[in-house]
Amino acid sequence: MTKYYQPEIECASREQIRQWQDERLVKQVKHVWDNVPYYRAKMEAAGVTPEDIKSADDLHKLPFITKDDLRECYPYGLLAKPLSECVRIQSTSGTTGKRVVAFYTQHDIDLWEECCARAIMAVGGDENDVCHVSYGYGLFTGGPGLNGGSHKVGCLTLPMSSGNTERQLQFMTDLGSTILCCTPSYAAYLGESAKEMGITDKLKLKAGIFGAEAWTEEMRRDIEKSLGLKAYDIYGLTEISGPGVSFECEAQTGMHINEDHFIAEIINPETGEVLPEGEKGELVFTSITKEAFPLLRYRTRDICVLSREKCSCGRTHVKMTKPMGRSDDMLIIRGVNVFPSQIESVLLAQGFPPNYQIIVDRVNNTDTFDINVEMPPEKFTDTVREVTAMEKELVAALKAMLGIVAKVHLMAPKSIQRSEGKAVRVVDKRKLY
Amino acid sequence: MSVKQISVFVENQAGLLSEVTTLLADNGINLRALSIADTSDFGILRIIVEDVEKAAQILHDHGNTYTVTEVLAVKMDDKTGGLAKILKVLADAEIFLEYAYAFLLQKPGEACLIIRVPDNDAAEAALAAAGIGITTQEELF
Repeated sequence: MTKYYQPEIECASREQIRQWQDERLVKQVKHVWDNVPYYRAKMEAAGVTPEDIKSADDLHKLPFITKDDLRECYPYGLLAKPLSECVRIQSTSGTTGKRVVAFYTQHDIDLWEECCARAIMAVGGDENDVCHVSYGYGLFTGGPGLNGGSHKVGCLTLPMSSGNTERQLQFMTDLGSTILCCTPSYAAYLGESAKEMGITDKLKLKAGIFGAEAWTEEMRRDIEKSLGLKAYDIYGLTEISGPGVSFECEAQTGMHINEDHFIAEIINPETGEVLPEGEKGELVFTSITKEAFPLLRYRTRDICVLSREKCSCGRTHVKMTKPMGRSDDMLIIRGVNVFPSQIESVLLAQGFPPNYQIIVDRVNNTDTFDINVEMPPEKFTDTVREVTAMEKELVAALKAMLGIVAKVHLMAPKSIQRSEGKAVRVVDKRKLY
Repeated sequence: MSVKQISVFVENQAGLLSEVTTLLADNGINLRALSIADTSDFGILRIIVEDVEKAAQILHDHGNTYTVTEVLAVKMDDKTGGLAKILKVLADAEIFLEYAYAFLLQKPGEACLIIRVPDNDAAEAALAAAGIGITTQEELF
């Protein structure tokens, strides 16, 4: 039987949803205009005032916010509430090392957790479930978001965080975890490890909520088989709230966007023009209920398609496809956002030429991350000890910037492949999209 | 009096070492001695040649990463204990040895040990005090 966390919202009529969006958008634009001078200046430059926004039909008149704006405004420039009213910060990596910080009031946290609660109930979760959260806890939104959602549903919550696979599997079998929340690659790894330890038949998992990185239908089937569960997708981004901006239901045919909190648009990434529904383009979100960090028309850079086709689960909120690509050069490696520009800035700081190649692959459902770096003559010495130390220092600096470990390969100068005079910076062999 | 050694960065890939040695051979550079240090990713080819400037110029012109280092060419007897005697002197003088490699000279009974140490003068003095001499670049050819 289909379960809902907030049926009156999740299955509301289109007219009702539309009415919420109209009212909340008008209010939100006023709130931002009054409290965020940076965005107000953007609106003034575009010749728009809050009076011009009378309903969601007027959304297209507002200027976009991009990751560059977030960088420029770091840390407090987009804050719309006094810090005394904020209770939490979450963060994600930015384009050149400056992190993105998002602020939350208690109200913001509550709404975010409700979105995650909807996602948990959409996969069949209720108060009788044991919800095993293996997303990282901390600045990353994955752990805290699903943890809060699980509490709201009333599941017995296991705040495992990531890593220590043996302990994960021990708790999973000893405490009878029924819902698993983590990245798809970690789910695949847990499945393989369970098989190696011969405990697959002791698992009681029925559903998994997997997000924060791109995965394919093949991977979904692999995970479903190895862990004996149904695997569901979840989508979100720190800038907008975190996981739960949209989530998959039992139909497994796209993710319902929580439209009472977020208005989604699809634009042409080149021109910024809004595309008719059903066309493929860049996803743009407007937060209409967020108090502390309300982004209007935030460009996600994720390419996808929206669909309003009636869903068999009874939910009426619009569905988005899995992201089919990016309109920028961001890579998601082991669930972590990586920009080539971050790698470039580390190389320059360490005295290496900014000529490099990133090679990403997925072996046994785990991302591999290699960086070919050219050895500059001025840094070269005749001893292996010194060259190896240099390599280790570079690996450490990359880890400090990116949060994940890359395998560095030192190459001869000018040996890194170029095509038609332009360097190929990224070779992604994963074929995720 | 130290000798000049050229070290060349070589990626650990089939054929790349041969590319460097072929380049030097084609330009008439004879290698008196060599050693290769390798890791899983890269190697360092160290060579002793007569015309260091010419060899360096050729490597430079072909875009190789290299460096020229002053090393000591220690005279060594080509007989049992020849190497042990030198290393004992260095150890007693607490001189850290980064790397070493040996080769025979053309005169029978004579060998040479190339050593890389942090302070050439200190090593030379310690060896001289033990009656061990060193060779110049010219004497090697």
